[in-house]
Amino acid sequence: MGLNRRDFLKTIGAATATVATPRALKAKPKPGTEEFYSILFDANLCIGCRKCEWACNDQNDLPNQPFASFDDKSVFEEERNMTPDKYTVVNRYDVDEHDKPIYVKKQCMHCSQPACASACLTEAMKKTEEGPIIWRGNKCMGCRFCMLSCPFDIPKFEYDSANPRIAKCTMCYDRIVEGEKPACVSICPTEAIIFGKRSVLLDEAKRRIFTEPDKYVNSVFGDGEAGGTDWFYISPVPFDKIGFKKDMSLEPYNEPTKGFLYSVPFVFILWPALLLGLYNANNDKNQVSEGEGSNE
Amino acid sequence: MSSNNISVRENKSIFKFILGELKPKGKIFTPFNIISVPVIILGLVLIVIRFWKGLGSITNLDQEFPWGLWIGFDVVTGVAFAGGAYVLTFMVYILKLDKYHSIVRITVLNGFLAYLFYAGALLLDLGRPWNVINPIIGNSFGVSSVLFLVAWHFMLYMIAELIEFSPAIAEWLGLDRLRKILKSLTIGAVIFGITLSTLHQAGLGALFLMASDKIHPLWYTEFIPVLFFISSIFAGLSMVIFEGSISSKVFSDQISHEDHKGHNGIILGLAKVCAVAMFVYLFAKLIVLIHGQQWELLSTKWGLWYLVEVVGFVLIPLLLFVYSVRNSNVFTVKVASLLTMIGIILNRLNISVIAFKWDMPNHYVPTWMEIEVTLCIIFIEIWVIRWVVNRMPVLRQHPKYSNH
Repeated sequence: MGLNRRDFLKTIGAATATVATPRALKAKPKPGTEEFYSILFDANLCIGCRKCEWACNDQNDLPNQPFASFDDKSVFEEERNMTPDKYTVVNRYDVDEHDKPIYVKKQCMHCSQPACASACLTEAMKKTEEGPIIWRGNKCMGCRFCMLSCPFDIPKFEYDSANPRIAKCTMCYDRIVEGEKPACVSICPTEAIIFGKRSVLLDEAKRRIFTEPDKYVNSVFGDGEAGGTDWFYISPVPFDKIGFKKDMSLEPYNEPTKGFLYSVPFVFILWPALLLGLYNANNDKNQVSEGEGSNE
Repeated sequence: MSSNNISVRENKSIFKFILGELKPKGKIFTPFNIISVPVIILGLVLIVIRFWKGLGSITNLDQEFPWGLWIGFDVVTGVAFAGGAYVLTFMVYILKLDKYHSIVRITVLNGFLAYLFYAGALLLDLGRPWNVINPIIGNSFGVSSVLFLVAWHFMLYMIAELIEFSPAIAEWLGLDRLRKILKSLTIGAVIFGITLSTLHQAGLGALFLMASDKIHPLWYTEFIPVLFFISSIFAGLSMVIFEGSISSKVFSDQISHEDHKGHNGIILGLAKVCAVAMFVYLFAKLIVLIHGQQWELLSTKWGLWYLVEVVGFVLIPLLLFVYSVRNSNVFTVKVASLLTMIGIILNRLNISVIAFKWDMPNHYVPTWMEIEVTLCIIFIEIWVIRWVVNRMPVLRQHPKYSNH
């Protein structure tokens, strides 16, 4: 055999290199970015303490009130909505077929295929690799197309400011990239909200429904709604009784837009070709009237 | 070579010439001026307040209704009305229908200024207008956004229309050589412009595709883009007819005897095109209605409103156009075009404002200030049109280039 040790090693080395190179060139996913992070809300566990609201204000430097004042139950008289200064609210629902009041936390749903990010022409609204949808003020031009497109009407706009922001929950993106849990999850005393990988939480939600079927309706809100969201809800009563829209599309809301955008390149090829063809077909018969004026 | 010498001499005096042209021509205290000047001044004051105190200070927009009159009327409706330019350039430059040549320049000018001012209106509505440059310079291309497409197309189409109109500017300034170069660009600009118009007229409709749950089912359909494109044809032409009937009176001194005589033939010809486009549109509307199985919605209050729009301001003007063509009646064409324009305003406002979140208790209604700013923009645009038409060879033909 004419193959000495040196050549053998070279061959092996080359073979390893050809196999290894493509993998080495491909950017390795950052640890923990293979799947979106999610949060599961269990309406059976929430006690309406609103500590998550306090933690959210605190984390995002929003106008806040003393910690103790959040025990005040009178705010539940009316169904509240988010504002530019409030990224999350807890509402109380008194549902007839349920003996206890049900508390539900509302915030951005962090859709898996978000309409707001599809709407944004500057990528100011962005679905990050980790899952949270964030807003970037240095890119946003304030057109509010994200507000028009969001099926949950989440993004809020500061109408009374000359330098307005688009405001919404960011799932505490800054904390997540540092390996921490979102502020609301960390403070929740009853684990009504838990944080984790999307498939893990979806399994957990289904496990709870399966093991205690009389405590939950047999559905996870966010599993399919709007094409899937990264916030899940499980509840003892149907979701339209606790402030959710009834017939939400199970298709991502940006789906019809895609069809339109796919047609654009075809029109861009077809139209000029057809128009040029028509122009040339008409051209020879009218050469005289196309004369160049009388300036020569 | 003598023409070359002339143009050099002319170049030196161009600055003086433009300065002279900036001075007003004609009477100052006309009824139009007396009405429009206070409206414009008040509008400008309101615009200052808007940038100083935020959008909420003069508009009724809120978290539920992020888009109001300025988008729904100024941009979405205004651009439909500006569609006459692409239809007419198609007829004149591609199909070579020379009959319509005399109105091409005024139509393109109207289209260009409409885009200029309605894109301007868009700036008023932007919360952070200083970032408007972002999608253009490429540091943040949101290519999955329909609005990205629309914004780029607005910009490119304005350039195309400016090129189509530019020979008139060169004639005004007496720049022969430049005029020849610009004229050679016309057909390219026309083809590019028609392609862009097709896409962004449809694109304006596609903006509302993601609001599928928010728009009343009688108006929401996945075919909104197609309907917007078809309706932009007769919206634009109705505007051409309407605007032509005004400018032929206001600028009658500018129009040659032959063009005056030919004008009725032009109007009747455009009426035919409108009728065909409206028939196609109605047919498409009917298919969408049947396909969506929404017959029972027609008997509701919103169904009645839908029928007012579709029967009252599409079917009736369509029949009126057909009647006018059969009887060569120019007056009824003008009536029909006016009804058609009302129908377009209704349709665009229904989708963007009126039937948007139709079931909300506190529905958005524009403030008087939003309407006032809209009027201000329209009046400024008319001022600019008047200035241009009185100076450049738009309606009249330049004696030197009688065959434009």
